[in-house]
Amino acid sequence: MTDQPILSMQDVTLAFGPKIIQKNITLNVRKGSIFAVMGGSGCGKSTLLKSMIGLLRPTTGAYHVQGDNYWSGTEAERTEVNHRFGVLFQSGALWSSMTIGENVALPLQMFTDLKPPVIRRLVELKLGFVGMLQAIDLYPSEISGGMRKRAGLARAMALDPDILFFDEPSAGLDPITSARLDDLILNLRDGLGATIVIVSHELSSLFSIADDGIFLDAKTKIPIAHGSPRDLRDHCDEPQVHAFMHRERDEKGSN
Amino acid sequence: MQQSRVSGPETQAAPQWQLDTRDNASILTLSGTWLARTGNIPAFPENGLAKAHKGTQLSFDTAHITDWDTGLIAFLWDLKRVGHDADIALDMQSLPAPVRQLLQLLPDAPQDAPAPHAKRMPVLEKIGQSSISSLEEVGTVSELAALTAKGAFQAVRGRSRMRFVDILANTADAGPYALLIVGVVNFLIGAILAFVGAVELQKFAAGVYVASLVGIAMVREMAAVMTAIIMAGRTGGSYAARISTMQGNEEIDALNVFGITPSTYLILPAVLSLVITMPFLYLYGCLIGILGGFIVSISMLDLTPAGYFHQTFISFGVGQFVFGFVKSIVFGAFIGLTSCRIGLKAGRSAADVGIAATRAVVVGIVGVIAIDAIFAVLADVIGI
Repeated sequence: MTDQPILSMQDVTLAFGPKIIQKNITLNVRKGSIFAVMGGSGCGKSTLLKSMIGLLRPTTGAYHVQGDNYWSGTEAERTEVNHRFGVLFQSGALWSSMTIGENVALPLQMFTDLKPPVIRRLVELKLGFVGMLQAIDLYPSEISGGMRKRAGLARAMALDPDILFFDEPSAGLDPITSARLDDLILNLRDGLGATIVIVSHELSSLFSIADDGIFLDAKTKIPIAHGSPRDLRDHCDEPQVHAFMHRERDEKGSN
Repeated sequence: MQQSRVSGPETQAAPQWQLDTRDNASILTLSGTWLARTGNIPAFPENGLAKAHKGTQLSFDTAHITDWDTGLIAFLWDLKRVGHDADIALDMQSLPAPVRQLLQLLPDAPQDAPAPHAKRMPVLEKIGQSSISSLEEVGTVSELAALTAKGAFQAVRGRSRMRFVDILANTADAGPYALLIVGVVNFLIGAILAFVGAVELQKFAAGVYVASLVGIAMVREMAAVMTAIIMAGRTGGSYAARISTMQGNEEIDALNVFGITPSTYLILPAVLSLVITMPFLYLYGCLIGILGGFIVSISMLDLTPAGYFHQTFISFGVGQFVFGFVKSIVFGAFIGLTSCRIGLKAGRSAADVGIAATRAVVVGIVGVIAIDAIFAVLADVIGI
C-alpha cells in the first residue's frame, strides 16, 4: 500500500449557518490506524465526525476518501462510499422496533443479494465477534447500555466496512466493560484490517488504543495539536492539551 | 487489508476446502476467494470431522487463499464448533494472525438463546386474557381519573404542583388552534343536514322545518360528537405520542424520581384543558353548524333569514343545550384521560409511539360514539 491517507481533510471549515464550529481543519488518517478526535466538551468533535461520515457538508475545504473528493461526487457515489463506512453512534442508535439480529441484518438485506440463511449466518458471526450471540432475538429496550453499544458495533460491521467511526464508544460504560470494548476494537482492527476513527475523551482508552489524532480547541475553534494521544501527553507544550491529557483543572478559569 | 473491491464474483475462484485425515493429525487445505458478499461460502458439515480421531489436532494450509473477509471466518467458526463437539483441537498457530484473532473472539459452542417472544395461545385463553386486561384497563383509567380529580381539587385549594403555564399551553393548543378545523367540519355538517332535509321536506311543503332539523341535530348530537371526534384525532393523538415519547426518553421516570406524579403534572393539564375548551368548542360548533344550514336553506328554499332563525330558536329548549354541554365535558375528560393513559402505557420504541398515537385516536373515536349512545338512552329515560 502507498502512503496515501485513506481519509484526508484540507483546510475544512464546519459551520451551522453563520455559527462556525471549527475552522482550518487539516488531517490525514493513515490506513489501518486508530485516529482519535479529542477535545473538551462542545469543541465540535461530534460535528467533525458527522462531517466525516457525510452528514454535514463543510462550508469550505476539501474532504477526500482514498483520494476521491467526497463532496464533489453525486449522491449515488456518496452512498457507494458510505457503504465502506461503519458507524457506531453514541447511544448505539439501534432501530428500536427491530430485534438485535434484524438490526444487523437490515444493511445486508438492503445492499446485498444474499439469501436469508446466508444473512443469518453472517449476522450470527458479527454478533459472535462482539459476544452478543445470545441477544440475537432480543429488542434494544431489553438489553443494557453496554450491550447496546456492542450490538451497535456489530451493526456497524455488517457490510464489512474498511473504515469504522466510533462516537464516544466507552461513554457511560464501567471501566471493565470499557476496557473489554477497547480490546475488542483492537482485535477487530487487527483482524479486519480496518481503519478506525474514534471520538472520545476517555483518556485511558485513548492512550491504550489510538495511534494518531487531532485535538480541537473550543475557544479558538481551530485544531491546536496533531499526534497520538500518548505523544501529546508526553511532548505537547500547548497548555490546553497538557491540561486535558493530565486531567488538570484550567486554573485561569476559562471554563 | 485483505478485501478487494475490484472484481465481481465471476472472476474469482470459488472458495474450496479439502480435509486430509491422518492418524495423529489432519490438515485442512483452503483455497480460492472467501468473500462474504459473494454468498457462496460453504458450510462445514456437521459430520465433516467424523474420520479424524478424537484428541488429535487439525492444522491449516492457507497458502492458496487469494482473498478473504468475514466469509472465511464464518466457515472456520462452523469448523471450530464441529471440532469442539468432536473433541479435535485446532492448531490456531497455522492460521494467519488476523484470522486467528477474529476466530478467538467467537464462542466454541452455541449458547442457549432466550425463549422466543411470540407464544401462540389457545383461542379461549386469548379471549379470557383480553377480557381481563380490558377490565383491568377500565380500573386503571378510573384510578387515573380519581387521581386527576384529586389533583384538580388540590389545585382549586391552591396546593397542587400543577403549573399554570402548562395548562395555558395545553388550552391554547386544544382551544384557539382548533377553531378552524372545528368550524369547517361543523359548517359542512350543518350544510349537509340542511341540504338532505331540504330535498325531502320540500316535497311536503314543510321547508321551514329544515331550520328545526338542523338546529336540533346540531345542538343535541352533531356539534358535540363531531367536535369530540376531531379533538380525539387532533389532540388525543398528540397527547399519546408526546407522553409515550417521554416514556421512551425516561422523562416520566425523571418526573417520578422528583416526586412529581405524572397524574398532576401531565394528565391534569391535558384533561383540564380539554374539559375547559370542549364546551366552548361545542357552542361554537353549534353556531357555525346552524350558520351552514342557514346558508344552504336561504339559497335553496323560499325562506327569510328572520323566519329561519325564529324557527331554529323555537325548536330546542335550554335543556337540550345543557345536555350537549354536559356531553361535551364528558367527551373532553374521556379523550384526555384515555389518550394520556395510552401514552403512559406505551412501550419504549419508536414503533410503540406510533401504536400509541393510533390507539389513542381509535379508542377516542369509538369511545366518544359509545358514550354518546349511552347519553341517548339516558336522555330518553329522563325525557329531555
